[in-house]
Amino acid sequence: MLFFWFLQNNDDLRNLSLSGHVGFDSLPDQLVNKSTSQGFCFNILCVGETGIGKSTLMDTLFNTKFESEPATHNEPGVRLKARSYELQESNVRLKLTIVDTVGFGDQINKDDSYKPIVEYIDAQFEAYLQEELKIKRSLFNYHDTRIHACLYFIAPTGHSLKSLDLVTMKKLDSKVNIIPIIAKADTIAKNELHKFKSKIMSELVSNGVQIYQFPTDEETVAEINATMSVHLPFAVVGSTEEVKIGNKMAKARQYPWGVVQVENENHCDFVKLREMLIRVNMEDLREQTHTRHYELYRRCKLEEMGFKDTDPDSKPFSLQETYEAKRNEFLGELQKKEDEMRQMFVMRVKEKEAELKEAEKDLHEKFDHLKRTHQEEKKKVEDKKKELEEELSNFQKKKAAAQLLQSQAQQAGSQQTKKDKDKKK
Amino acid sequence: MEPPAVPEEEEEDEEGAVPLSMAPGPVGCQLFGYVGIEAVLDQMKIKTMKTGFEFNIMVVGQSGLGKSTMVNTLFKSKVSRKSSQPGQEERIPKTVQLQSITHVIEEKGVKMKLTVTDTPGFGDQINNENCWDPIIKYINEQYERYLREEILITRKRKIPDTRVHGCVYFVPPTGHWLRPLDLEFMRRLSKIVNVVPVIAKADTLTLEERAEFKQRIQENLKTHAISVYPQEDFDQDPEDRALNDRIRENIPFAVVGADQEHQVNGKRVLGRKTKWGIIEVENPAHCEFPLLRDLLIRSHLQDLKDITHNVHYESYRVRRLNESNQLGLSPLNGLPGKGEASSHL
Repeated sequence: MLFFWFLQNNDDLRNLSLSGHVGFDSLPDQLVNKSTSQGFCFNILCVGETGIGKSTLMDTLFNTKFESEPATHNEPGVRLKARSYELQESNVRLKLTIVDTVGFGDQINKDDSYKPIVEYIDAQFEAYLQEELKIKRSLFNYHDTRIHACLYFIAPTGHSLKSLDLVTMKKLDSKVNIIPIIAKADTIAKNELHKFKSKIMSELVSNGVQIYQFPTDEETVAEINATMSVHLPFAVVGSTEEVKIGNKMAKARQYPWGVVQVENENHCDFVKLREMLIRVNMEDLREQTHTRHYELYRRCKLEEMGFKDTDPDSKPFSLQETYEAKRNEFLGELQKKEDEMRQMFVMRVKEKEAELKEAEKDLHEKFDHLKRTHQEEKKKVEDKKKELEEELSNFQKKKAAAQLLQSQAQQAGSQQTKKDKDKKK
Repeated sequence: MEPPAVPEEEEEDEEGAVPLSMAPGPVGCQLFGYVGIEAVLDQMKIKTMKTGFEFNIMVVGQSGLGKSTMVNTLFKSKVSRKSSQPGQEERIPKTVQLQSITHVIEEKGVKMKLTVTDTPGFGDQINNENCWDPIIKYINEQYERYLREEILITRKRKIPDTRVHGCVYFVPPTGHWLRPLDLEFMRRLSKIVNVVPVIAKADTLTLEERAEFKQRIQENLKTHAISVYPQEDFDQDPEDRALNDRIRENIPFAVVGADQEHQVNGKRVLGRKTKWGIIEVENPAHCEFPLLRDLLIRSHLQDLKDITHNVHYESYRVRRLNESNQLGLSPLNGLPGKGEASSHL
């Protein structure tokens, strides 16, 4: 009955007219105040070759000096380096995270260059998804690390996009808002620039790369966004050094043949980039990231894990339940593995112990055996000794007897000779 | 020009092992000039004005306490049908019923979808046991709706928010204490929704009686550990706390509702005309209606919504998800199983 009432009333929403000032026109201010006290997060990913001017452009955009050393060209692979900064302007606190691709475009084989970037973006989505799926969660003070804008730095060759650029942008376009910019645009002359830009845009379109579309559905920003979109990709020049122009100091690059002023719209599109990125569409970039890219990631991830929405008989919280069940299953498996390993370890220890005991026993046996053998030998030796002594004593006796006989015989002989002598006389 | 702020910790990135490295925490940086970051505030305002706001309020109290009139006075329009018009058949319903009416109101470009839920029959029976159950059921049902939308795989861009952001509870102006019904109701409901108690028909109390009544009510609430809006636990910073402390001193607001205009000193004011004078609704010396209006609409509307979303909805979600893990198939009406009901209400 309750639902019926509610649904009925929902369908015919009446517009009421107010007869006085109620005061809820302060609501946007209330909302903004809340957000201000919490602070905003904005995360920019800069993709581009080493030395193309990513760090300098960031310094120029945010009018500050982000401490970082220039990267070498010797990186073995693409690495992402993220740094967070807290900026404050009047009462707005911005937590800005700048993610740099270190080593992009430096390798000889660039097949896998895009992979670390995609992995990083996915990892941030994953972290948010994990937080959202938790039972006890705290989303309202979660530090959002999802990438809101990706500035893709195109090298100013003057011809067309490199195949590395096309491949990378194609991989990133469904995950992040891509804003292509032409870096170091002071190396291209104006007429070449126009051709270059159209070539790039047509290549992007023909390859189906979806870059970020500046929103044109609200009257306040539609006009400026539409005019700016025509100039895509923005040809920018970055500089943190100031040069005296007229009687003012302005950010510029000084050459022997002239001075390229960063903030002069005739010289480069830096001002347009700053307008679009920060002053007009920052909130839209954040919203698109959350409502489009993140939702797409979430949907794909959940479908991959095996969840479905449409089954009418399914348990209402099959998502959460199954997720928790799967998690528990996984943990259970881990536990099982741990137990197995422990068991195996114990078994091995036992085996080793048994082996050692066996060896010990063997040794003891051997020792005993040796001892016995030793004793036997000893006994044998003693016996032999005795025999020998007996023999010796026998021999001595015989010898004595023989000597006696000999002496007797000698005596008898000498007696005979004496007798003979006597006869003769 | 100030020198740039050197970050205190230079985090050395791990070489090779992981393709990404994250600095431990944000580092303060000085801006050398105007960047334009504060433009994001205007961008946000424009976006929210385009999507519009939703606000759902519930009024609870016995019949005849002036709930419908109060809502009409608050929003300066005929939001609810007045149930005390002469000649209308008025039957007190046998059970508590909930009636929601939704309107779209606009002021200075800000569109608001306002839903007012009325509860005729509350506290009107002889036996009022469990008369709060249908209300609690309704509130939980709205949370349930939102939760179901939130966990879909393919979600809507903007989930329709029907959750009750504030519940205005009308206390009859007895001048003594809070009645057991009031205490029971507020105790149970302040756990799941923001409750704003008000003393209805406060023109029957003199200022001294009013002050005493308020004092007693505050003591009552404290003794029974009932935390009404603005709750002390959710004060975010000392400024907030100071502001809310001043509001808390005056809870519950003694209000008078009126939707007829009269002439006072040449001005047209909303008020009640009696033989002994005209009670001006918007005069702070007469009643505290302006305070209630400012709290609900002009200063704390967003806060009411935020606390509903970040605190009450989250605790509902935690309960619900824990429960569905334990019990399996969950009952469709959103009420926790019987075992749970007594433990947390």
